[in-house]
Amino acid sequence: MKYIDEFNDPELARRLLDEIGATATRPWALMEVCGGQTHSIIRHGIDQLLPEQVELIHGPGCPVCVTPLDVIDQALEIASRPGVIFCSFGDMLRVPGTDRDLFRVKGEGGDVRVVYSPLDALELARRNPDREVVFFAIGFETTAPANAMAVHQARRLGLTNFSLLVSHVRVPPAIEAIMTAPSCRVQGFLAAGHVCSVMGTAEYPELAERFRVPLVVTGFEPLDILEGIRRAVRQLERGEHRVENAYARAVREDGNPAAVRMIEEVFEVTDRNWRGIGPIPLSGWRLTEAFRAYDAEHRFDVADIRTEEPAECRAGEVLQGLIKPTECAAFGTTCTPRTPLGATMVSSEGACAAYYLYRRMNGPTPQATHAVREEMNPVA
Amino acid sequence: MCLAVPGKVVSIDDSADPLTGLIDFGGVQKQACLEYVSDVRVGEYVIVHVGFALQRLDEESALASLKLFEELGLLEEEFGDAWQQAARDAGAAAVTEEPRESEAR
Ligand code: SF4
Repeated sequence: MKYIDEFNDPELARRLLDEIGATATRPWALMEVCGGQTHSIIRHGIDQLLPEQVELIHGPGCPVCVTPLDVIDQALEIASRPGVIFCSFGDMLRVPGTDRDLFRVKGEGGDVRVVYSPLDALELARRNPDREVVFFAIGFETTAPANAMAVHQARRLGLTNFSLLVSHVRVPPAIEAIMTAPSCRVQGFLAAGHVCSVMGTAEYPELAERFRVPLVVTGFEPLDILEGIRRAVRQLERGEHRVENAYARAVREDGNPAAVRMIEEVFEVTDRNWRGIGPIPLSGWRLTEAFRAYDAEHRFDVADIRTEEPAECRAGEVLQGLIKPTECAAFGTTCTPRTPLGATMVSSEGACAAYYLYRRMNGPTPQATHAVREEMNPVA
Repeated sequence: MCLAVPGKVVSIDDSADPLTGLIDFGGVQKQACLEYVSDVRVGEYVIVHVGFALQRLDEESALASLKLFEELGLLEEEFGDAWQQAARDAGAAAVTEEPRESEAR
């Protein structure tokens, strides 16, 4: 079996694979929601190791990928303004806006800074009272507690030069959108482990019941993913549709209540546009009225920026599991990590990037994978 | 950025508001906010995402994840220099040195 020797416990991996093979009597399609899981799956060739009956469909769980183009353009506009220090996580730098990216804006003289945590941006605001510090607050439920804390602290410290450009998204409405799409083939979900570390699993039983799908909370390591698949297939074969926690070492049923309280204090649920997918009702968070003063969209009056996404990029279909990246005509030709057309090609969790990194050659070998990595990352 | 990395709590600054601690991620040490796991103790493992500890993790799972993340280069992705990475992706030859905000804290 290819790749399996690279697993941290190849014996256990083999046992799990054998059991999945013995359990699955007919074809099943499972969606892994999280982009981190997608990368782990492609990197380890898990999709190729699985028995033929079990297909993995990649979901929309990459926050960088689903941030809409108009929000990227808003970020570029704010970052270009004099007097602004624009702070972002590093993986947003090369996400293409309409005609440039944050990396370019910095090259043109914009003060764009990479931070590791939103609290770093807050600290910058404290040390630069004469500058406007804006933090690009993207992410799923995992990132929301950090961004909520940053704005909460800003208010407590009386900082008036700090704001968030918010584009937060939530997983459960995305699952609902995927299940109600006419072309949906998904029969079970591997739910994103770290999202559930924060939110717990309370939102999921209703979804499992309504759509009659197993939802198995799953971690990120290859063995976690195999275990999640094993449990989802077992449920499907038995005709069950329950929420199961296969990542109990990091996920409690009630999540992290302190973090959820902070999110609820600072954010309220709102409709959000997903890049490539379009609007999904109630699928995001925005700052509540009490924190509206910290909303960069209003402070810099960029709410009107609206842009069309490039037609040749099929990231929306990739993100909904309707096509694999290699089915996009631009994949590896006009669209590469160096000349990305969509965010899914640049994000470290994007499905197109994962396929470019590990699957560009037919029948990849670990050596080929290594060569592609070197080419993409010559200094490392 | 979606990844949450396990790390060991090396020290806790009780006077910091919000509660802060130094976390060791297999050699790389960084400050993280501990407010959401406020009863954590030195020597315990937590999973950290964008500078915030979100849950505890047992030592065995934490070490296994860390080893794997390191082998896969994920720690470099998470903690490496994003500008250099972006420059490489863009095909640019040189990058200007940038003060590392996270270290300036
Ligand atoms: S390969 Fe490029 S153009 Fe095609 S869907 Fe992916 S990001 Fe879009």
